[in-house]
Amino acid sequence: MSDGVIFALLFATYVVMLGNTAGGPTGKELFSLERAAGETALLLLSSTTFGFAAVALAAADRSRVLLWLVVTVALGLGFLYLEFGEFSGMIAQGAGPDRSGFLSGFFTLVGTHGLHVSIGVLWIFVMIGQVLIKGLTRPVASRLARLGLFWHFLDIIWVAIFSVVYLPGVL
Amino acid sequence: MELLGRLTFDSLPFYSVIAASGAGITVLGALSVMAVITYFGAWRLVLFDWVSSLDHKKIGIMYIMVALVMLMRGFIDAAMMRSQQAIAFNSDGYLPPGHFDQIFSSHGTIMIFFMAMPFLAGLINLIMPQQLGSRDVAFPFMNSISLWLTTAGAGLVLISLVIGKFSTAGWTGYPPYSGPEYTPGVGVDYWVWAVLISGVGSTMSGINFLVTIIKCRAPGMTLLRLPLFTWTVLVTSVLMIFAFPALTVACGMLALDRTAGFHFFTNAMGGNMMNYINLFWLWGHPEVYILILPAFGVFSEVVATFSQKRLFGYISLVLATCAIGLLSFTVWLHHFFTMGSSANVNSFFGVMTTIIAVPTGVKVFDWLLTMYRGRIIFKPPMLYTIGFLVTFCIGGLSGVLLAMPPVDYLMHNTTFLIAHFHNMIIPGVLFGYLAGYMFWFPKAFGFKLNEKWGAWSFWCWIIGFYLAFMPLYVLGLLGMPRRMEHYDIAAWQPHLIIAAIGAFIIFLGIVCLAVQLVVSIRDRQQALDLTGDPWNGRSLEWLTSSPPAPYNFALVPQVQSIDAFWDMKQRGVAYERPERYVDIVLPKNSFIGAVIGGAGFVFGFAMIWYIWWLARCARRHLCRHRHSCLRRRHHHRDPGGRSEGHRGARFAQLAMTPKNEMADDPGFAGQPLPEGAA
Amino acid sequence: MSDCPIEPQGVIVRQALAYRLQIILAFGLALLCSGCGALTSPDLDPNGPITLAERQLLFDGVSIMMIVILPVFVMAALFCWRYRGTNRSARYTPNLAYYWPIEILVWGAPAAIIIWLGFHLVPGTHRLDPYDPIDTGVTPLKVEAVAQDWKWLFIYPEQNIAVVNELVFPAGQPLAIRITSDTVMNSLIIPALGGQIYAMAGMQTRLHLLADEPAEMWGRNVQYSGSGFADQQFRAVATTKDDFDAWVAKAKSASATLDASTYETLAQPSQKVPVTYYSGVEPDLFDRIIAKWRHGDIVDPAPAIPAAATVE
Repeated sequence: MSDGVIFALLFATYVVMLGNTAGGPTGKELFSLERAAGETALLLLSSTTFGFAAVALAAADRSRVLLWLVVTVALGLGFLYLEFGEFSGMIAQGAGPDRSGFLSGFFTLVGTHGLHVSIGVLWIFVMIGQVLIKGLTRPVASRLARLGLFWHFLDIIWVAIFSVVYLPGVL
Repeated sequence: MELLGRLTFDSLPFYSVIAASGAGITVLGALSVMAVITYFGAWRLVLFDWVSSLDHKKIGIMYIMVALVMLMRGFIDAAMMRSQQAIAFNSDGYLPPGHFDQIFSSHGTIMIFFMAMPFLAGLINLIMPQQLGSRDVAFPFMNSISLWLTTAGAGLVLISLVIGKFSTAGWTGYPPYSGPEYTPGVGVDYWVWAVLISGVGSTMSGINFLVTIIKCRAPGMTLLRLPLFTWTVLVTSVLMIFAFPALTVACGMLALDRTAGFHFFTNAMGGNMMNYINLFWLWGHPEVYILILPAFGVFSEVVATFSQKRLFGYISLVLATCAIGLLSFTVWLHHFFTMGSSANVNSFFGVMTTIIAVPTGVKVFDWLLTMYRGRIIFKPPMLYTIGFLVTFCIGGLSGVLLAMPPVDYLMHNTTFLIAHFHNMIIPGVLFGYLAGYMFWFPKAFGFKLNEKWGAWSFWCWIIGFYLAFMPLYVLGLLGMPRRMEHYDIAAWQPHLIIAAIGAFIIFLGIVCLAVQLVVSIRDRQQALDLTGDPWNGRSLEWLTSSPPAPYNFALVPQVQSIDAFWDMKQRGVAYERPERYVDIVLPKNSFIGAVIGGAGFVFGFAMIWYIWWLARCARRHLCRHRHSCLRRRHHHRDPGGRSEGHRGARFAQLAMTPKNEMADDPGFAGQPLPEGAA
Repeated sequence: MSDCPIEPQGVIVRQALAYRLQIILAFGLALLCSGCGALTSPDLDPNGPITLAERQLLFDGVSIMMIVILPVFVMAALFCWRYRGTNRSARYTPNLAYYWPIEILVWGAPAAIIIWLGFHLVPGTHRLDPYDPIDTGVTPLKVEAVAQDWKWLFIYPEQNIAVVNELVFPAGQPLAIRITSDTVMNSLIIPALGGQIYAMAGMQTRLHLLADEPAEMWGRNVQYSGSGFADQQFRAVATTKDDFDAWVAKAKSASATLDASTYETLAQPSQKVPVTYYSGVEPDLFDRIIAKWRHGDIVDPAPAIPAAATVE
């Protein structure tokens, strides 16, 4: 919940800072809808595959849980790769977070989400390890359920980022 | 010197005698604590029984110890400010501006973040689980992390005395002044990182308390049977969960501005400092209620216990608490009416602010009506409560005045404002915590605090308060701004001298508190609390022994009514021997909380001084331990036979002291009938 | 209580009474002090209609709040005395916890007061909006105020003069001040005339004031702004019309003018700056000071944006 408030405030800040480009590049010049769409596809898909893992968990099918977790983590890593490419590209163009208030807001909002995805990826790795070593015991299943909540939460945040940051940015 | 970032020999405070002696006292204090521990050979005890403890009561006690130490430090700052202003008419006094500015900044920061917050978390930890009839908080391990993160923040503020300087930007740290352009040194970084690190701890505390109240109540303890203190904790934790992220965001952005060259709040490059002020007060106003609501809870418990009467208007008090919690998120703009918002916006926030006075007024009347037709016993906690009731009204009055935007245009940024919020926080918050401290001390340690010295401390505090802050109201009307290092208006000086005398009397109050503690420990054999119920209490924390067993309750009590323990005593079932005992599972002690706090401290220190390698190390450490949080926690099982042994001893003790200790008091009303072990 | 037999109980009750007396004394003392203080208090002894109205709102608030405050004092004192534990003749009802007429009263009374207050607060806020020009039939005197580290620069665009740390204006003619900051956030106040408003870089705020009588007052920055904060004050002088014209003529005769480079020098941090006059001011200087913070580059104020684009 506190995390939700953090994102809400980061969104608010971003929207307020939208016009403060200080003569620097605007979202229209920087954002690529294709890349953002790719990121979106990867993350939405990863949420689906996590859903499959949850289904497999309900059926207590350990190998399928593992399989879907690995797929999820791969998609998550793909998302992080695309986002990292986007950030470094922007910084290389001289459009880093220190260029303007608008870009500070952008990098902090999207970067905080990216940081959460990285933590989620790490967490999935840990859980893959736990499923391997301990099997689907009750505490492990409960932790997987909590991880699922976290992962879907990040998905929802991303949908909001896509609709608040990228779509209006390029349109 | 790359290795140490911007830390050099010049960072040590040899540039001024005052700064150097401050550093000396800090270092000596730390050394003498260590020496005392070594002298008593108590390192094992300290480390293995306390630092690593996950017991909510020990964590609570450690929080309160942090708070009392920081209270001393914060008070020294206050005394220095008062004495400087008393002499600085047409003269520079003894503190140069750079130093004076650090002092008012650290005074505010310490009193809010490292005195009030730990005191609050300590009282809640100590009492709330017991009032619920629970064996611990929901997440004992997270509780330990919260404690040590808060301590890490406090440590950063203390070490800023020795290495480098503290912020000069006030406790609110408004940019752009606090930005890299206008204050490039380490001071604001100390402030930012201390606040960020302890803020994370507070958020986790909020989550922990809320889950505990929702999930760990004893059977029959419905929400409307919760003691009022626990109700206020419930609302406070909701506020913590929703408000602290705003502080994290504001300070995080300020840290990015300062360390990574972002432009959130800078003057140029598209920054907007008004965002910071909004974000800060979006946390800052709820924070006021985070602090004061549990104090209201303490007053509710105290006033009912020492009036020997049921709390009047329980439902009203619960509703008022919730209303205050809700409204606290709708008033933040009143901290900056003078920013040029339109009259419509200002009057909306003005009206919302005055509306908060309604539930607060209800509370005051309900407490007074609890005293009505009671049998009041004037123990120190009750004295603090009465002092609060009267004094707080004056603060409420000035608060309603300031809520009117046109009045605020005149009084904002003057000492009138200072007088107002001290008038809320000293009688409201601090008196509440001190009342709670004296009320629940016997529960925590098994003996009562000396009442004579407690009463003396109260008189010093209340008289000192009036002398120190009533002149500030007057000075506000004379136009004196806050944070003045010197001044040239003669009419101000007499009032400032009176205020300094008031500060001295408050100092005597603090001395009385210290003496009270020492005398009480010396004479503890005469004030032992053998029944666990020294005040003829009403709620479940008085059912346990003093100090309680690690698991609080051998058998979780069955609750049938509001004022659960009182009800049990009346039904004659409070001390019934259970038929059988069960095994109790308790978490094993763990050092990881303290290690995480330590890593947080090192991380903060490294970020302040730009020692990047150290920051990376500390961060790696924090991540590693985050994983360890996912591992299964170790528990140990306390066999039923052992708790039976404890209980046997307790029943023997109860049989020897069949009367409630309050029965000797001339004001004792004889309700419920004194009852020993059945 | 083992160490607290019957006698000290009585002592504590007596102390409770003594303490009540002390509160009354402290109040009296505070009132007395403010009484003496009023002789020099800009807030209680105003020189303009704005502070006067703001003060009236303060007094109204105090008096209406007394309806709840005084009963609290009386009840606290009365109950402490009457229901002290040793007074066995007082009625004792240990289970009295709810009585609906009283509940209605404790919610109703504060609510009624707050509603009453709301009817004063909202119109008062609109009437005393510092952005609203004061309607006296006299054309206001335009002044532009710039907060710097640690001084105030006042530009008189119509007179084409500027002055540091002194604000002179005719009594009876409203002042229309535009305010900005060329440094951290400041707050401009002349307490005898009216309330304050923040000064922020890259932004413009407004303040309207009026002095009734010629008088010498003081004004200052009240928002902490750094080590020179304590001395960041200025003389605010309300004069007769003739004296004002003479003062303008004096400023006009100053040798220095305020062009871009003089301004840059002046804007550097400095303390206790004496009153300084400039006989000419670079056109649109005030708008340029705002604009330079709004377009990225700090050192190059050239591409000035029109005043209409500034934040209001």
